[in-house]
Amino acid sequence: MSRMWRIGLLSGLALAAAPAHAFIAYVSNEKSNTVSVIDTETWTVTKTIKVGQRPRGIDFTRDGKFVMVAVGDDDTIQMIDAKTQAVVDSLPSGPDPELFAQDAAGKILYVANENDNTVTVIDLEKRARLGDIQVGVEPEGMTISPDGKTLINTSETTNMAHFIDTSSRQIVANVLVDARPRFAEFKHDSSEVWVSSEIGGTVSIVDPKKHEVIGKVTFEIPGLRKEAIQPVGIGMTKDDKTAFVALGPANRIAVVDVASRKVTKYLLVGQRVWHMAFTPDEKYLLTTNGVSNDVSVIDVAAQKVIKTIQVGELPWGIAIAP
Amino acid sequence: MIRWLAGLIGFGLAATSALAAEPVLIGIGYLGVAGPRSTLSLVEQPAENDGVAGARLAIEDNNTTGKFLGQRFTLEERRIKEGEDPVQAATALADKNGFIIADLPADALLKVSDALRERGTLLFNAGAIDERLREADCRANVIHTAPARAMLADALGQYLVWKKWSRWLLVVGSHDEDKLFADALRRTAARFGAKIVQEKTFEDKGGARRTDSGVTLIQRQMPVFTQGAPAYDVLVAADESEVFGAYLPYRTWDPRPVAGSAGLVPRSWDPAQDQWGAIQMQNRFMKLNSRRMTALDMQAWTAARMIGEATSRTNSGDVKKVTDYIKGPDFSIAAFKGTRLTLRDWNLQLRQPILLVDGRMVVSVSPQEGFLHQVSELDTLGYDRPESKCKLK
Repeated sequence: MSRMWRIGLLSGLALAAAPAHAFIAYVSNEKSNTVSVIDTETWTVTKTIKVGQRPRGIDFTRDGKFVMVAVGDDDTIQMIDAKTQAVVDSLPSGPDPELFAQDAAGKILYVANENDNTVTVIDLEKRARLGDIQVGVEPEGMTISPDGKTLINTSETTNMAHFIDTSSRQIVANVLVDARPRFAEFKHDSSEVWVSSEIGGTVSIVDPKKHEVIGKVTFEIPGLRKEAIQPVGIGMTKDDKTAFVALGPANRIAVVDVASRKVTKYLLVGQRVWHMAFTPDEKYLLTTNGVSNDVSVIDVAAQKVIKTIQVGELPWGIAIAP
Repeated sequence: MIRWLAGLIGFGLAATSALAAEPVLIGIGYLGVAGPRSTLSLVEQPAENDGVAGARLAIEDNNTTGKFLGQRFTLEERRIKEGEDPVQAATALADKNGFIIADLPADALLKVSDALRERGTLLFNAGAIDERLREADCRANVIHTAPARAMLADALGQYLVWKKWSRWLLVVGSHDEDKLFADALRRTAARFGAKIVQEKTFEDKGGARRTDSGVTLIQRQMPVFTQGAPAYDVLVAADESEVFGAYLPYRTWDPRPVAGSAGLVPRSWDPAQDQWGAIQMQNRFMKLNSRRMTALDMQAWTAARMIGEATSRTNSGDVKKVTDYIKGPDFSIAAFKGTRLTLRDWNLQLRQPILLVDGRMVVSVSPQEGFLHQVSELDTLGYDRPESKCKLK
């Protein structure tokens, strides 16, 4: 009996793992002060790495050698060696770093420092601070245009997306969006920037050339009060056809048709869903669910949640090895 | 290509001229009462700049945003001494400021609002929790960022009922505002199915709040005062006057928790609040004012931020335009409470979650799960539209 069961389980696993490529996902757990390492072949946590206090923003260096994790309460960004899976170094970010973005070459890192209304510019090779850019109140969301020329920073209390010229490090435009903008994402063809507003409950679509809001994605879930819909993380497929938007305490990921800017489906995930990352083959999308302490795995093509993985307390950010 | 270049140059010009132009000045007045208020607990003694310190932080926040929009905010503070005419002080403030944040007793606030009505000055009530300012005595030129007394009572009551502490021993002070809080608590009990098993009055016979052998005496008095009560789950104290509430925890005859004016207290804000990004706000406040942020600071911050939010959305410093926008259907404000805050259009009260705090931690946030409402769950706190007696004028 038990053998039969095991065989069944194995074959089930084999089916799930049929895509062959295994990837490694790193999840920052805001409350546990750890990073959970997930193997996407077995969908299990293979290691839990101790990091500094309040880890949130997390990403790989472009060469795939290090995982950078912003540990806000320690006022630094720690570097995890992807091979040894241990913290090996730290970067001189400003106070309370939360999210960051790097240029295409992986040489310059831009960090949003929530506590002093600045974006800190860091030389990744020298691991040295190059300067600061003054932005609005509580800078948070960070993204760089695919050509590397424009950095977008959102400030939560100023309610703006600041467009910063990466060569002069000057703000060239400020675009008002809805309340508490938390995350910004470029379309891969550079034609639009999507900015989520947590309290406003919308995603503003900004024309990065004209610096104007040209559209908005709105959300409506029957039986759920409007205030519970709080958009945060955004993920867009490489073909720019489908966007996924995390709706926080609405416990759902909205699937958005990028062309029509309309929601086509809501996927129920864990509680207070924050951020997400695609596997490099774009077969799966992993989301961090803050309150239920787990990660949901979405089959991108089927637009279905296929798995839930328990991680540390209050999972926040996620990055997958390239 | 040429057209694109031309467009770019045009944009550059527009941006330069906007930056070069003189910023639009937006004046905000702050009108409060001079002199300290005495509390039973020394650690809760309000600072001299209680309230206005929050407005000052919001002015900084508004100016950070304003530098991108060509707007500059200023704050002018005025304190009324005892016997001084609030109308005169308010009129002087209104000469230079289109908006006034007020921390005044209800009667003074009403006098000021009536005196300034013709001028179009917009007032924000950041201090008074009196129900009548939102009900029979409501005014079209007064926006309330302070929660109403019934909102505070309901926020506490929802939690006590959720906790199944539904038998209350109500102890009421002998001053008018204590009685008003007791009225609100009785209404809450009736709404949410709690039972007040007994009421007791604590007479204020005068006396100092600071004494050298206070603890010894209080330890003898409080158990006796609460002796012989019928079976109850929680003692609810209505003591806004700060005469006895803080003496009750750990000293009741029966071992029971205390809530209301002491123990578990409903407040719009607390120095311990750190959820929903609030830690950034707490850090900014601490850096600017070298102390922790109180509920009154938050209520004043919210008022000044509402003005800043409306000036940035309307791209205008015009008082009429800004007022219309704040009172309009599109207005909402983010205030680190996990949800957008909006105005009740029937009485201009700001809807807001209420924190339940014990002096060290945020214990819970109301509305509680399961208290449902067809419009907004925040409207399960306080008087709702169908019950309202307010006719805005």
